[in-house]
Amino acid sequence: MNIKELTKGIFKENPVFIIMLGLCPVLGVSTQVSNAIGMSAGVLFVLLFSNIIISALRNFIPDSIHIPAYIVIIASLVTITELMMHAFAPAVYAALGVYLPLIVVNCIILGRAEAFASNNTVLDSALDAIGMAIGFALSLTLIALIREVLGAGTITLFPVGSFSGVIEVPWLVDNPFKVMALAPGALLLMGFLKAFLDWKAMRKAG
Amino acid sequence: MSYIAILITFIFINNFILVQFLGLCPFIGVSKNSENAIGMGASVTFVTTVASVVTWAIYHFLLVPFNLAYLQTLTFILVIATLVQLLEMVIQKVSPPLYKALGIYLPLITTNCAVLGIAIINITSNYNVMESFTAGLAAGLGFTLAIVLMSNVRERLDLHPVRKAYRGMPIAFISAGLMALAFMAFDKSLLTNLHLV
Repeated sequence: MNIKELTKGIFKENPVFIIMLGLCPVLGVSTQVSNAIGMSAGVLFVLLFSNIIISALRNFIPDSIHIPAYIVIIASLVTITELMMHAFAPAVYAALGVYLPLIVVNCIILGRAEAFASNNTVLDSALDAIGMAIGFALSLTLIALIREVLGAGTITLFPVGSFSGVIEVPWLVDNPFKVMALAPGALLLMGFLKAFLDWKAMRKAG
Repeated sequence: MSYIAILITFIFINNFILVQFLGLCPFIGVSKNSENAIGMGASVTFVTTVASVVTWAIYHFLLVPFNLAYLQTLTFILVIATLVQLLEMVIQKVSPPLYKALGIYLPLITTNCAVLGIAIINITSNYNVMESFTAGLAAGLGFTLAIVLMSNVRERLDLHPVRKAYRGMPIAFISAGLMALAFMAFDKSLLTNLHLV
């Protein structure tokens, strides 16, 4: 067991900002914080179990058909996620729309299966999956938070008891930068965040 | 919806890349020069069109009669993977230079969100077979339009000084964002004004 497998996904090999994989859902569902959390939960579930199953079966899956085999495993897990979310979180299910089944083709999941789970032990693969999913969740939530606060002036979480689930940011809620909530805002924000991280990395390197 | 309305919707109003973010990986990865961008756009258009019709037929003639609609995601991705494999073999035989240029991205069409995306959107929008065909074609054309425009922008960007931190990915995203801003000029009112709805 190697704890490094867990932490590398959060910063050093962050799937969204460093490896830059699986960006479609990141930009597509990041209009509300609650959607970002729902998406992250879906990705965590699928990634964790696909890594576990694939690394457990790594000596049984013939090399020539390994990609189709991985896809079948991942697609089954995504179908389970879809059915569960439809049953227990219908609002999130509706908000995620087409992006939920698209977890199947999320490059992070097939990428980790191919690059990591196919030649590592079950425990390491599970840690790798959790780390990557946390890295994904943090990046996605960060982008959603910035976009929702600037674009709508609100932070939408889940309603608990008397709390409606929506936090309003003063001033911004009346004067939102609407473009941030729309498609161009996602692309611009991604560009500026990546530039900032590259700048940080360059300064560190000297 | 008329066929022209579907074409306009998927090429401009709901452009797969700039509005729906489906197919971003090849959009960023293969848009460095326009020749590859056209090749990638053409292969994606071919796959989305064929996949739209095939997945529509499988859904309506196989999954629905046997009450297996919940297996949609699983079935569609397998059908798409097979189709892409077929296309790969054809391109390898017909045009080895193109095959060499597209390299890693051709097998990656399988995991291109645009292809599975259009298959699912066709089902959720209740399109008939001709409408699905049109939507698949239009989605591919919209993808091609965006990736070709982007490759031209990036070819020009190479000749201009860009601040070090913005070089590569960041400036590509910002350019795409500005393009998306321009595409916002197309919205549903376009269809009304053209008397298509």
